[in-house]
Amino acid sequence: MLGTGIIKGMAETARNFIGSYVDEERLTTVQYPEERLPQKENARNFPFLVHDGDDRHAGLRCVACLICEKECPPQCIYIEKSKDKKPDYTGKLQFYPAIFDIDISVCMSCQICVEVCPFDAIKMDTEFELSTDDRFEGLLLRKELLAKSNAYYRKIHPSEAAEVDARLAAEKAKVEAKAKADAEAKAKAAAEAKAKAGGAPAAAKPATAPTV
Amino acid sequence: MSALDQLFVALKHWLIGFFPAGPWQLLVSALISIGTIIGSFALLFAVVTVLERKGLGRIQNRYGPNRVGPYGFLQFAADGIKTLTKEDVVPRAADKLVHFLAPIALVVPVFLSYSVLPFGRNMVPIEMDGGVLFFFAVGAATELSVFMAGWSSRNKYSLFGAMRAIAQMISYEVPLILSSIAVIMTVGSLSPVTIVEAQAEYAGWLANWYVFTPWGLAGFILFMIAATAESNRSPFDLPEGESEIIAGYYIEYSGFKFALFFLGEYLGMFAVSGLAITLFLGGWSAPLSFLDWIPSWLWFFAKLFALIFLFIWVRGTLPRLRMDQLMNFAWKFMLPMALIDLVVAGVWRFMAPGPVRWAACAALLAAPYVLLGRGLMGKKKLGKRTYRYAD
Repeated sequence: MLGTGIIKGMAETARNFIGSYVDEERLTTVQYPEERLPQKENARNFPFLVHDGDDRHAGLRCVACLICEKECPPQCIYIEKSKDKKPDYTGKLQFYPAIFDIDISVCMSCQICVEVCPFDAIKMDTEFELSTDDRFEGLLLRKELLAKSNAYYRKIHPSEAAEVDARLAAEKAKVEAKAKADAEAKAKAAAEAKAKAGGAPAAAKPATAPTV
Repeated sequence: MSALDQLFVALKHWLIGFFPAGPWQLLVSALISIGTIIGSFALLFAVVTVLERKGLGRIQNRYGPNRVGPYGFLQFAADGIKTLTKEDVVPRAADKLVHFLAPIALVVPVFLSYSVLPFGRNMVPIEMDGGVLFFFAVGAATELSVFMAGWSSRNKYSLFGAMRAIAQMISYEVPLILSSIAVIMTVGSLSPVTIVEAQAEYAGWLANWYVFTPWGLAGFILFMIAATAESNRSPFDLPEGESEIIAGYYIEYSGFKFALFFLGEYLGMFAVSGLAITLFLGGWSAPLSFLDWIPSWLWFFAKLFALIFLFIWVRGTLPRLRMDQLMNFAWKFMLPMALIDLVVAGVWRFMAPGPVRWAACAALLAAPYVLLGRGLMGKKKLGKRTYRYAD
C-alpha cells in the first residue's frame, strides 16, 4: 500500500534518533581536538631528520651527501654542506648540513628522500597539525625544526625504527670489530717488529699491514 | 481566564495605556504586535536552525553542532555573524534591482501572513473575517519572490530552480487550499479566530479538534504534505536540489540576502504550520478538557514545536523526489484525495453522530486511498522507477 515504506523509514530514523541518546556506542564521531584516534603505523606526511641521543647537532645522522636534494621530485629540499666535520655514530668524521630546509608547501610526501638516504637520516613524520599564519617562512621547516630524536622515530614508526636500529647497531658493531682487529694487528706487528729489532737495524715499520 | 493565560494581552493593554486615546493607541498597538512577532519568530528561527541540525545529526547518529555555547545552542549566533560579515556578491549580468528586491519580497509577505494567526486566546494581531483567505493570498506572493530571484540572477541553475519552484508551489497550492476548504466549510467562516473557537469545545473530555475526525485527519495529512512542498522542504526540495542544480534560485545569493532567503523559508514553514494548527489542531486550545489550565499561547507553541519536529523528522528520513513523481503525486493523488475529502466532510456534516458516521467516512476515505495508491504504484507513476533500455 502507498505510504507503508514511508512509515517504515520514519520508524527507522526514530529508532536512530532515540538510540543515539540511549546508546553511546551508536555515536561514532571522534571529537577531534580533544579525542584522537591512534595513528596508523604507516601514516606519513612530511620528512624529518633523525638524530641519535639528545644532542640535536652532535647526534644528527645526516652527512649532507645531497642525494635527497638531488632526488627530490618537487625539489623542496635545500642543503648546504658544512666546512668542518663531526664524528658520526661510528665515530668516523663526516660533514654535516650547515643548512637543511624543507619547504612543506612544495613537498608532496612521496618518501623518495627516505628511500634514497643511505644513512637512515631522513624519515617520514606523522605530524599533521602544521597550519601557520605565515605561508612563506612558516611553511619552510629549518634544520632545528626538522631534527627529531630517534626515540620519537621509535614512537611513531616502531617496527620500521626497530629494523633501522638493528641495522645501524650491526654496522656499528662491525666497524668496532674491525677497529679492534686493526688495533690488535697493529699491536701484534709492533710486538713482532720489537722482537726482530734485536739484530736488524731500526726498521720499525712493517713492510705491509696485515690484511684485516 | 487565568492571569497567566492573558499575560501578554494585559501587558499590551498596560503599555497602550501610556498613550492618549485615538489613532496613537492604534499605532502603538500595531507596533507592539509587529515587534513581538518579528522578535519572537526570528528567535524561533534561530533556535530551530540549531535544533534541526542537532536533530538531523541524531537521526544519522552524529552529535550535530555542539561547540558554540552550551550544547552548541549558540551556533545560530556564530552563523549569523558569519553570514552578516560575508561579502555580498551580485553577478555582473544580474538585474540588480530585482536581485536586491527578491529576498525582501519573500520575507515581507511571510511576516504578513502571521498577522491573522491566533497565537492564544485573544491573541491575534488582526481579527480579520477573511483571515484564511488573506493568509493564502499573501502566501502565494512568495512564489513571485522565488521567480524574481531565479530570473534576476541570470544563471541557468537559478532559473531551473525557480521554474521548478513555480511548478511545485502552484501545483501544491491547490491541494493545500482544497484541504483547508473542508474546515472552512464545516465552520462556515474564513476567520481563524472563529475556526479555533469552534474547535475549542469539549465533547466529554476530548477536544473537538478536526484532526480527530476521519476527514480532518486526512485533511491534516494532505495539508502537511502540501505545506512541506510549499515551504520547499525535503522531500520536496527540488528547487534547491543541491546535488543537481547546486542551490537553485539561491545560487547567486550570498551574505545577508542569502540569510534573508533562509529566514523567509523557515518563517514560511512556521506560518504554514501555524495555519495547520489553527485549522486542524484546535489552535490554542488544549486537547483534553482538564489540561485547560495551561496557558493558551503555550499550547500553540507546543503544537508548533511538534510540527517543526515532524518537518525535521521527515527531512531526516525521505530522499528527494523526482520531478515527475512530484507532479504525479500532486495532480494524481493529492488533488483527488483533497476533493474526496471535501465530499466526506459534507457527508460527515449531514450524518447523525455515532460510530456509523465514523465508519462510513473512514471507509469513504480509505477506499480511494488504497485504490489510488495501488493504481499509481502499478503504473509506475510513483515508487520505483524502471528503465526501458537500461538494466
